[in-house]
Amino acid sequence: MDSFFIGTGVALCLLMLLTLHRAIHGPTAIDRIMGVNVIGTKTTILLVIIGTIYHRVDMFIDIALAYALLNFIVTIAASRYFQQHKNLNPKGYGYRFPAEDD
Amino acid sequence: MRYIYTFLIMFGFWILLSGKFDLFHLTLGVISSGLVSLISADLFMYDPQSRNHLTTGVRFLLYLPWLLFQIVLSTLHVTFLALHPKMKEQIDPTIVTFKTNLKTDIAKVALANSITLTPGTITIRVEDQVFYVHAISRKAAAGLPGEMEERLAKVFESD
Amino acid sequence: MDIVVIVLTVIALLFFFATTVGLLRFPDFYSRMHAAGKGDTLSSLVILLALVLYNFHEINLANLLVAMKILLIAVFIFMASPTATHAIIDAGYESGIKPWAKNPEEESP
Repeated sequence: MDSFFIGTGVALCLLMLLTLHRAIHGPTAIDRIMGVNVIGTKTTILLVIIGTIYHRVDMFIDIALAYALLNFIVTIAASRYFQQHKNLNPKGYGYRFPAEDD
Repeated sequence: MRYIYTFLIMFGFWILLSGKFDLFHLTLGVISSGLVSLISADLFMYDPQSRNHLTTGVRFLLYLPWLLFQIVLSTLHVTFLALHPKMKEQIDPTIVTFKTNLKTDIAKVALANSITLTPGTITIRVEDQVFYVHAISRKAAAGLPGEMEERLAKVFESD
Repeated sequence: MDIVVIVLTVIALLFFFATTVGLLRFPDFYSRMHAAGKGDTLSSLVILLALVLYNFHEINLANLLVAMKILLIAVFIFMASPTATHAIIDAGYESGIKPWAKNPEEESP
């Protein structure tokens, strides 16, 4: 059963590598925040799985809980910060705030 | 009354996170959760329109299984769309707006989260009583606001 | 009991895989948010349920505490994931990212 959980953890790491492509090459900054959020959720799961492999779940579960809270706060803070930047779209001004003619 | 609810929830968290049951740790828990509930109970449960928190909580727990079923449906929908070889012919995104009748803040928060978790729709923003929703296909856009609003009105505003 | 755990974990891994593929394939930011917000929630809940079942093999106080903490993480993800999705997509809408449309000449409200 331990080898099965090791395989699960490796699969989760591969999926995180695939998501990292979106976090690096995302066209806008919001795409990168989204990729980081998905990676953080997977990391929370991965911490619990690591605890299960080492038979010390009672220790790793607190770290996982703190990581989930931190991931949520990072997402909220980063999206609140980038909300003020009106020209994230690389092709110029966007959809809700059209370009002013000047 | 809401001081007592806040105290009970905080003390439950204390027991869950400490995991020790001797007299010293329980006394520390009583003191600290009492202080926290004395200072910030009105932040935790600020909802002056609602009168009975307990029956609202029970009805919300009865609402959850239906929501879980909707989450399963929406995940299957997203899986189908993501693995479909001709995905761009299946989707047709639009942004729709609609007006809701829910009054209290907590009901609107629950409605926004429920819309996000049901198939094909995501809440973009809520301005007073107008919801901006991004729908991934015309069929999902036509089904808004659905039966969720009636269910939530029954949960939060019928006492 | 192990069979149930293996089945639940494989289902959750399939949903994670579909989420990742959707995150890479969808044409615009809003559709990608659909994949990220929904697939992650259910697959996290399923895989945490599998871990609860695996860790709860014998009933005593320590195992009960561990199971309750894993369920606490599940409840937190269940509440936080739609909220984070909502915050990100609101930031994108406010900063003016244009949605992908099948017919570009048609103007949406």
